[in-house]
Amino acid sequence: MELLYAMTTGVLTACGLYLTLRGRTFPVVVGLTLLSYAVNLFLFSMGGLTTDGAAIVSEGTGYADPLPQALVLTAIVIGFAMTAFVVILAMRARSEVGNDHVDGKKEDRE
Amino acid sequence: MTLLWIALLPLLGVLVPALTAQRGRGFCSLATAVLPATALVMTLLNVPALLDGEQLRFSAAWMPELALNLAFRLDGLSLLFNLLILGIGLLIILYAHYYLAKDEPYGRFYAFLMLFMASMVGISMSDNLILLWLFWELTSLSSFLLIGFWSYRSDARKGARMALTVTGAGGLALLAGLLLLGDMAGSFNMGDVLASGDVILADPRYPIMLGLVLLGAFTKSAQFPFHFWLPHAMAAPTPVSAYLHSATMVKAGIFLMARLHPAIAGSELWSVVVSLVGIVTMLYGAWFALMKTDLKGILAFSTVSHLGLITVLLGIGSPMAILAALFHILNHATFKAALFMSAGIIDHETGTRELKQLGGLKKAMPVTALLTTLAAAAMAGVPLFNGFLSKEMFFTEALATPVLGGLSWLLPALAALGGILSVAYSVRLVHAVFFKPAREAPPKSPHEPPHLMRLPVEILVVLCVVVGLFPAFMATGLLELASQAVIGSPLDFHLAIWHGVNLPLIMSLLAFAVGIALYWRHADLRRFTQQFAGVDARRVFERILVAMGYRAEQLIAGLEGNSLQRYMGWLWLGALVMGGVGLVQITDLTGAAGNQELDGILLLGAGMLMFGGIATAATHRYRLISLLMLSVVGLFVALTFARFSAPDLALTQLSVEVVTMILLMLALFFLPQKTPRESSPLRNIRDMLLAGSLGLVIASLNYAVMTRDTLSISSFFMENSKPGGGGYNVVNVILVDFRGFDTLGEITVLAIAGLAIFKLLNRLRLFIPHSDGEGRVWSPDRYPAILTSISMTLLPLALLVSAFIFLRGHNEPGGGFIAGLITAVALILLYMARGVAWAQERLNFPFQPVAVIGVAIATLTGLGSWLLGYPFLTSAFGYFTLPLIGTFELATALLFDLGVYLAVVGATLMILANLGKVTTAHRPVTEASEKDAEASAATPSAKEPR
Repeated sequence: MELLYAMTTGVLTACGLYLTLRGRTFPVVVGLTLLSYAVNLFLFSMGGLTTDGAAIVSEGTGYADPLPQALVLTAIVIGFAMTAFVVILAMRARSEVGNDHVDGKKEDRE
Repeated sequence: MTLLWIALLPLLGVLVPALTAQRGRGFCSLATAVLPATALVMTLLNVPALLDGEQLRFSAAWMPELALNLAFRLDGLSLLFNLLILGIGLLIILYAHYYLAKDEPYGRFYAFLMLFMASMVGISMSDNLILLWLFWELTSLSSFLLIGFWSYRSDARKGARMALTVTGAGGLALLAGLLLLGDMAGSFNMGDVLASGDVILADPRYPIMLGLVLLGAFTKSAQFPFHFWLPHAMAAPTPVSAYLHSATMVKAGIFLMARLHPAIAGSELWSVVVSLVGIVTMLYGAWFALMKTDLKGILAFSTVSHLGLITVLLGIGSPMAILAALFHILNHATFKAALFMSAGIIDHETGTRELKQLGGLKKAMPVTALLTTLAAAAMAGVPLFNGFLSKEMFFTEALATPVLGGLSWLLPALAALGGILSVAYSVRLVHAVFFKPAREAPPKSPHEPPHLMRLPVEILVVLCVVVGLFPAFMATGLLELASQAVIGSPLDFHLAIWHGVNLPLIMSLLAFAVGIALYWRHADLRRFTQQFAGVDARRVFERILVAMGYRAEQLIAGLEGNSLQRYMGWLWLGALVMGGVGLVQITDLTGAAGNQELDGILLLGAGMLMFGGIATAATHRYRLISLLMLSVVGLFVALTFARFSAPDLALTQLSVEVVTMILLMLALFFLPQKTPRESSPLRNIRDMLLAGSLGLVIASLNYAVMTRDTLSISSFFMENSKPGGGGYNVVNVILVDFRGFDTLGEITVLAIAGLAIFKLLNRLRLFIPHSDGEGRVWSPDRYPAILTSISMTLLPLALLVSAFIFLRGHNEPGGGFIAGLITAVALILLYMARGVAWAQERLNFPFQPVAVIGVAIATLTGLGSWLLGYPFLTSAFGYFTLPLIGTFELATALLFDLGVYLAVVGATLMILANLGKVTTAHRPVTEASEKDAEASAATPSAKEPR
């Protein structure tokens, strides 16, 4: 189970990284979102993988580690705020520069 | 306590000129002088205790974790320097009062001067290595401000920058050296360091430490080859030169070598390096002092030369040499400050400092001529002046030293040569300015300065003479204290003018004879040196700086060249190397805990996640499809959280997923629908390899961590959640209670991101496409009836659910974050179903205040616990019983969570609703851009370019 989980994290990381290396803004934003999923999964797994053990007191024993969960919860929300910021920055860049290349250089218009 | 005040008073004095500058110059100068005068008196009041052998120390913890304490000491060495710094500083204030022109900002000048004085006093009294360094850097900064005081002059700016670069770089080296030193001694306390000289000398890191510390000292004290900044610092106003470049700042390096002498001197390395550098500096400076034609230039190079002399003495390091060094510090400060101030008077009254325009000033300025001649005599080492005494001691020590072994005759020979040059340039200075007839007329007709402007010079010259005549009476007490502080034990010595006819006296006489002859043949000497092309140190320095900047730019251009893709490439490559190095060091990838069992659902979920990820990447050129694939990943991540006992995370991920998709869809509407093919196959393969290998590293790391048993601090949260935080849902309690401060920070970031997006959308001009990527015109049916009616029905239901989730959050999965997202989604749905215009009528309020109020509520909840005397964000809770409803819990954490809820709702709506409004009349505009919007409304929006 851990092996499969780790493989998933790795695949998502690799796909996200590949997209961040693209030359247009939208794939980079999608790549960053993908990467943040991978990072969240990675952080979450730092507390180990627990089945049927939600961290709610008095539901038996063998709780999942609540600390990574709390960290990941805020990370998800902040990740959304950052994605929103980057994508709107990309829109703004396109309206200012006239193209959606990541380097933000103006195209030579013939 | 008085020690702290001595150190603090000059620092407080920085404020005085700023406060009193409005009251006129006289008042301002007087007021500025009060605090340093008080500090001087307080220093003197401590002298009896010092004579009794008391250890005067003050220490208060400042940042004990960094070994940084506010620790001061007053020993003989500090006393000597405090007297110089504060005493000459007071004279300088008086002198500057007359020196600065009427319209110059004297308040600012005094403030910089006081800042410098405070940092020098700090260096002199620090009882902690790091504190000493802090003041050391402060002298670099304040001297930069002082040298560049006439900032409209290019040479002042360049000189200031050069001084800052050289001394600042030396300061960094010194920091490294002092950190090493503290590490070697095991303490940063000055007393401990000075006491552990043996340990330090035996340490293998000693040469590195010594090199770094000396680098700091040599740059500060203008030792060869770092001397070049000092002559260029002469662009400063003359009071600054007299203060910084004769008496104080350039002595800081010397002070450091004297202060640390018990700890770091005493090795062969120290003697050879320090005395060689000193002797080269001494001769180099003396030679150029003889060649310069600018009055202050001569003084600057002669200062370099004298600093070299003191350095040689410290390098020799015998008790008598130390004594001579300390004595010369005192003597040089008095005669050189007097000479600088005289030069300033001459400059002030004639309007030039060029030797060829000066001459014959004896008639116009007889008193100044006398004072300058006396001070120059002290500099040349004429008997009955203080300079003579320390120079004789220097010759004696040079003759006696065993440094350089078989070549030890070299040192006295070179010392005598230095003496000759010193006589020559002193004679030249006096003769050329006052006695020789002028070749050209000076710009102003010269006359004597106001008497009070001359007073500081008079005081200093009187000191030169009195110390020269009665050395035993004037200087013995002070030098006893100072030398004891450096050497560690009392030194038995006797200062006298006459020691009988001995070798040093013969050397002195020789120096006079040859020196005067040298000046007589000065014209030939100048002609001889003019054959060699001179090197302008400033040009070289600036060329090196420019070349370094150019190389750095080239390197950056070669590495990333303003390309984000290459930049990211390097970043990931760096991460790959670091992660790889970490992985190589673990012995076994699978840890002791091993794998848990697999089942079919897990396989399916993992398969879907991998498929979604790969498909997102593979279809990235078809952006809509790529986005749909991304949403598959998001959904399955939420399911993964649910599967592995994280219901809060699953709920959050699910609602964020909805919001993110709406956001990206909206954004995609305004961006090209397809990505052009531009990466070459080679680049694609390279990127895949890089991403793939980093993915492998991440997977391996993740696997390695998961299969090991980890020590978690979570049991604390599990045990204290109920008794301490009053909630059963530990994740929520961590968010709103244990780690509430983090959460407060995070919702603040969220609100700031929302505000930033609001600003970015302001006046955004967009290409609004009239058809989709395939060229199909958008459907005319903009608000489908089914969606409209369902969204209307859903709204109250969704709000109810969000209230429910919010309220139960403390004990069951839920909470402010999730409830806020659900509310936001419900409202957004309304926007989508009925259009912005319809929703705007019914939700007619700005969202920014909602987010801000949310953050404010959370902050105030935290502050509330302060009012009750608890630490920030302490939560309280209690149980209440109402008829019909039963027992329920009220906690301040709920109020905090309400803040979180509002911040999330406000920020999310700010982002999404404002983005949605961009195309409509309700788009965000500020008042300033209102006109703009009206203007652009007249012309239809631009069409899609492609």
